[in-house]
Parts: sequence; C-alpha cells; structure tokens
Amino acid sequence: MLSSITQAPVEAHSHNRWEPYVDNGGTSLAIAGADFVIIAADTRQSDGYSINTRYDPKAFELSNKTVIATTGYAADAKRLVEVMEQKAQSYFHKHERVMSTPAMAQLLSNTLYYKRFFPYYVFPILAGLDSQGKGAVFTYDPVGNMERTVYVACGSASALVQPFLDNQVGFANQRAADPNRLLDRETARKIAIDAFTGATERDIYTGDWLEIFTIDQTGVHREKRELKRD
Amino acid sequence: MAPLTEPSAGFKFDNVKRNQLLGDKGYKLPTATKTGTTIVGLIFKDGLILGADTRATAGPIVADKNCEKIHYLAPNMYCCGAGTAADTEFTTNMISSQLALHSLNTGREVRVVAAMTMLKQYLYKYHGHVGAALVLGGYDVTGPHLFTIYPHGSTDKLPYVTMGSGSLAAMSVFESRWRPGMSREEGIEVVKDAIEAGIFNDLGSGSNVDVCVITKGNAEYLRNYSTPNERVQKEQSYRFTPGTTEFYAPRVARQAQEPAEMDTSA
Repeated sequence: MLSSITQAPVEAHSHNRWEPYVDNGGTSLAIAGADFVIIAADTRQSDGYSINTRYDPKAFELSNKTVIATTGYAADAKRLVEVMEQKAQSYFHKHERVMSTPAMAQLLSNTLYYKRFFPYYVFPILAGLDSQGKGAVFTYDPVGNMERTVYVACGSASALVQPFLDNQVGFANQRAADPNRLLDRETARKIAIDAFTGATERDIYTGDWLEIFTIDQTGVHREKRELKRD
Repeated sequence: MAPLTEPSAGFKFDNVKRNQLLGDKGYKLPTATKTGTTIVGLIFKDGLILGADTRATAGPIVADKNCEKIHYLAPNMYCCGAGTAADTEFTTNMISSQLALHSLNTGREVRVVAAMTMLKQYLYKYHGHVGAALVLGGYDVTGPHLFTIYPHGSTDKLPYVTMGSGSLAAMSVFESRWRPGMSREEGIEVVKDAIEAGIFNDLGSGSNVDVCVITKGNAEYLRNYSTPNERVQKEQSYRFTPGTTEFYAPRVARQAQEPAEMDTSA
C-alpha cells in the first residue's frame, strides 16, 4: 500500500517575477437620491496582515458637484485621482465652467481605457448631481467599463455590503415594496453608516475611519466618523 | 460487499492521489479556518500567564468574533493555539486525553515537559502538515514552565514568548516591559497590552483578550478579560413587517399564536 501514498507536489518556484500590483483593501459605496447623492469610504490602507496607515482618504472632490472614491491598489488610485484633478482643472480654465458629472463620468472611463494594457488596478465609483440636479452614481471596472446605477458597493467588503444595499436601497426580496423608490437623505446616510459598521465587523481590511460625502445643490459636505480599529 | 477490515489508527491518506488529480484539473480545494492569531505567555513571580485574542478568520473574512484559543490540557496546564483551527483543537484535545491517562497510570500530576515532548513528537511525525503553533504553559512539581512549539516540532523554553501573525506586535510590548519577578497584576497588564497590540496592529487578530493565570496548585481562566472592541449601536432598526417575504401559496401548518415580527437586529 505504501506505493499509493504520494508526496504533495512541491510548487515549481518561479524566480523573481515582476509584481507591479498590490491590493491595499478598503471599501466604498454610493447611494443616489432625488436631489442628493451620498458617497462614502473607509480610510484603512493595508497590505497583507499589516496596516500601512489608518488614515489614507479614498474619496476626493473633483469639483463642487462630483466626488470620486477608489479601492484596490492605493498607488494607482492616487495617480488616477491626480490625473482626474488635473483634467478637471484644465477643463475649468479652458471653458470657464465646472465640468458636469456625466461628462466627468465619461472622462473617467476614457482615462481608464487609455491604460487598457497596463491598467490602473482600481475599482472607482463616481458620484454627483447630473444636469437635472438628480443624484447620479457611476461604477467602473479597472479598464473603463462604465455603468450608471442608483447605488453600489466596491472594494474588499463589496460582497458583504452589496447584498445589504440590494435589500435596503433596492428593496430586493421585499414584497409590496416599490423597487424604484428613492431614499430620503437621512435614511440613506444611516444605511451607509450601518453598512460600514457591519463590514468592519466581518472584513479584516475595512475599518479605522469612515468618510461620508453628501452632495446636493449647496455643494459637497464631508463628515468623518470612527470605525473599529481591530 | 467489501471485506471488513480493522480500522487503522491515525490519519487516512486514501484521497491524496484523487485530490492531487482534482487539483491538477483546476479544482480548488476547500481552505481550512486559520486562527490568524496573537498568543502569548510570560513567567511572573508566582507562576505564569497565558494570553490570546479571540478572532478566527477564513481568508479576509472574520469567521468567529469570540473563539477560545486557550485550550485545557490538564488541571495544571493550558495551551494557546495558533495556525489551522482544527489542528490546534484536535492536537490539544488528543494530548489532553493522553495526559489524563498518563497521570492515572503514574498516580502523579503530569509534568509540563511530558506534554511538551508528546506535542513535539506528534507534530514532528507529520513534518509540519499538522499546522499547530502552540504556546504551552503549566506549573508542576518542578515549578512553572513556558514553551513554544512550532508546527515542525521544534521547541523553545523562554521566560516570555509570543506566537501567531500578531507575534511581532506582541513581542514589542514584552521586549520593552517584561522583567524578572513581576507581580501578578503587572503580569496580567503586560499580557493584556501585548494581546491588544496584536488585536489593533495585526489584521489576523481582533476582538477580545482571554487570559489564563497558572500558579502552584491553581489555574484561573479569565475569559474575555478585556473587551476593547464592543460593537456600536446601529443607526436604525432593520425589523421587517410580517408578510414581507414573497410566497406562492399560503398553507397554515399550525394555528399561529401572536404574529411576531422577525428580528434581524442581532
């Protein structure tokens, strides 16, 4: 019988392959309303079992009506936001007006696809008010595939948060609920907070601080809250 | 009918070839729950103190927020486990049972070296495939003893030790604060702070601190000695009104009493 007992295979050791990408974890979400939009992200930046920093903001104002939040590889995210900020600025000076959210959304898609064969390893979401003043959320894959949605969750705890949003924002699996109903501002904010406290409980890469941006007619409003640090 | 054969003791390796074939064909084998862990131990004036966090993980997901990593071995001996959860559990259980029989046979309290030797010989036999990394502590007729045992079977005997993914964070506390002849209160405080260093700085560790103080003729298990990670209150209730869930045809199985709302707040 001894012949049937075999040694587990030893992994063929490839030598010094170049690894340009790292996953730095983190979670982001966005919820659109009739005349506002909420976009939120935690601030933990990690690598493996280590925390690089407890406060590395992932969400940034591109204008007074558009905010971008990114998860994935923090270095690429930083560069992508830099590029988007530069383009938004140059548009502002060239045309003497702020770029609209849908235009910014298309620009982001183009910027991502431009690096189709050496992509930014990021999962961006873009939130703002559209030309009619309605809340708009855009989601992307790393190479620029874009979709406008009402709500979305991205990043390391997306598999935990998205089903929660499907149920609480999209009213999935709730009989006699109108799936097209939009949330009011306070409810959307509460759901965003509970999504993150919940994600922090079960996802090791989410925690430390939560930044919530609410965008409405009057501009962008930032709120910073504590999350668990373990 | 297959002929009846005596069941052999120990592990069965019947599926090794099959699993290797499945692996080669691209089938992903299930992964075991790991206790990405912080476990520690130190010697103080009257004995020794063991400490552990309470997080169990499955990859990036927290599988258990309040598990027990300090295992009972004998009345005078406890053992912290890091690594593959099932391996630490079964290995300590099995050795605990053998120690009980050993003490019955000899009519004496078992020595800590005996437990250490049994554990290392068992782990060495499996060349590290039994993924148990242990901190063993006990008080016997020769005094207090503290050991670390690695999955391959090597051991250390030291006055203060740490193990698991949070071992570096915990050791940084020990290296700056441990000294010979500490009091019980000082010792517990240093152990608590070492585990909390792991809880807050290592993503594999989290939740609460368990402590076990072993002195001559006494072992005190302080479950959830520190709870620095209580969950905050939710912003709103997530109670659903009765009848929220869709159904095709109503069927009354038993006359309902009070129509109770489903509580999903837990």
